[in-house]
Amino acid sequence: MRDSSRSEVRYGERLTRAGQVGRSLVTSGLGIAWVTVFLLLPLLAILVISFLTVGEESPAEGPLTLENYKRFVGFGAFGFDPLYPLIIVRSLVLGAGTAGLCVMAALPLAFFVAGLPARHKNLALTLVIIPFWTNLLIRTYAWQILFAPGSFLANVAASWGLVGAGQALYPSMLAVYVGMVCDYLPFLVLPLYSSVEKIDWSLVEAAADLGADRWRTFWHAILPQVMPGLVAGIILVFIPATGQFVIPDLLGGGKVDMLGNLISRQFGASRDWPFGSAVAILGMTIVLVGLWVYARQARKGGGESII
Amino acid sequence: MRRVSLPLWVVAGLLYVFLYAPIVVVVMYSFNAAKYGGPWAGFTTEWYGKLLADGLKQHAAWNTVVLAVVSTVVATVIGTMLGYGLSRYWFPGKKLFSWMMYIPVVIPDIVMAVAMLMFFGLVREWTGLFELGMGTMIIAHITFQIPFVAIVVRSRLVGMDPAIEEAAHDLGATSWQVFWHVTFPQMLPGVLAGAMLAFTLSLDDFVVSFFTTGPGATTLPILIYASVKRGVTPDINALSTLIVLASVIGTIGVTLLQRRHQPTGG
Repeated sequence: MRDSSRSEVRYGERLTRAGQVGRSLVTSGLGIAWVTVFLLLPLLAILVISFLTVGEESPAEGPLTLENYKRFVGFGAFGFDPLYPLIIVRSLVLGAGTAGLCVMAALPLAFFVAGLPARHKNLALTLVIIPFWTNLLIRTYAWQILFAPGSFLANVAASWGLVGAGQALYPSMLAVYVGMVCDYLPFLVLPLYSSVEKIDWSLVEAAADLGADRWRTFWHAILPQVMPGLVAGIILVFIPATGQFVIPDLLGGGKVDMLGNLISRQFGASRDWPFGSAVAILGMTIVLVGLWVYARQARKGGGESII
Repeated sequence: MRRVSLPLWVVAGLLYVFLYAPIVVVVMYSFNAAKYGGPWAGFTTEWYGKLLADGLKQHAAWNTVVLAVVSTVVATVIGTMLGYGLSRYWFPGKKLFSWMMYIPVVIPDIVMAVAMLMFFGLVREWTGLFELGMGTMIIAHITFQIPFVAIVVRSRLVGMDPAIEEAAHDLGATSWQVFWHVTFPQMLPGVLAGAMLAFTLSLDDFVVSFFTTGPGATTLPILIYASVKRGVTPDINALSTLIVLASVIGTIGVTLLQRRHQPTGG
């Protein structure tokens, strides 16, 4: 491996290790440099700054401290305060809840599209792709109109006694969830659909022939086959949903604070870069660890993972 | 394949209504004569006329297009070279870097956004470079686009049959000839798919733009966000309707293009 004079033939060319490195520099060099300077270095910078504190004049100064992380997990200067840990939990619940609701909605939709005759299939699929490509901000603020006082939905909710007459349905947690599921549903339908298309229906028929009821057929003969698409879709939904700050901001008002809102505030009004960095680093770590655990479980369950 | 049962039709129909309700309501309200939203007060095209006279919004539209085009072109060139290099040649640390490339895919965009904002701020303090504005926003977009392009291009290259390139070499073609006449035409669909992905990511992006832009460099998503924070107005609905229209045309156009090139697949 480390012998640079050793050569191997790849794609019809004989190249030494040194030759390969040279070719890499010419082709990948610029991309590696760009990603390193503008992505990896900045991420390294927030990691370092998360261990500093705000100075009188500089945005961050030494000495190194764990203060920001302690504050984020609840142990600030004035004893234990569950405010920030609650934000972590709420964000994770929102991410997982959104993913879960999207799965429940995506399953029927994916099977519906896949079950249509070929000439209608493309239309049904395009109808899922159009919202996918329509700006998320637009689809989010539209719920402000749909949930406004006096709107059809608000009147229905008022007639059921859920809210007072003439009141809006937002800002509220319900509005945040509705907006989230509506925005992210296509992210789950598309990968799930490509898995459903590949289902071997003879396995499903075999299960039914062998006397499995509909539920057991779904659980043992269909679900394992669509697992790859389901896993990919859940990852595509869970990550952005957990870090969202626009949807909670527009539909949750000031009532619903999430990780994304907390981070963005530190880099805006509060101007506490070190604390914001600590929140970003720890939040990101929690999301990635959660995904890793989930991907391992999913792989054990028979599905493949994209990570 | 099984047939679609009636209950499934009903459930799917309701889900389509759910997906399209926000889009339909924005389009509808863009023609609503009521000044402050609220119930229907008659049909008007007044808000579109207002839009035509609004230099600020047109400037934002121009910025959005420039940002998307410039960043996509640069990221496609760099990302394609990166994807090609990664699929073909070894270098020390390649495995680690290949993992790092997935960062923009797997971390929430807000983390990337604040990391770049802070990085630009720190470098600006030392060197005076990276004044926030169009330039920093373009750099930021290129940064998250490169890995997406590289990943798409690389997966296309890895799926290709090496025997074709080997045959070209055996028949006496130089490395450059092999690349230009054999490899490149085969990887082109991957390059186009990567460019399209990069373009839509840029057009749709709000979070990264919001944190890395400066005065005078407003994009449409930023403008919509700022307006909506003050309360939805009819001219924002008109603007959004035009964006939705562009998305619909884009989606249908791409779908038709894809169908022409792959007559067998969806």
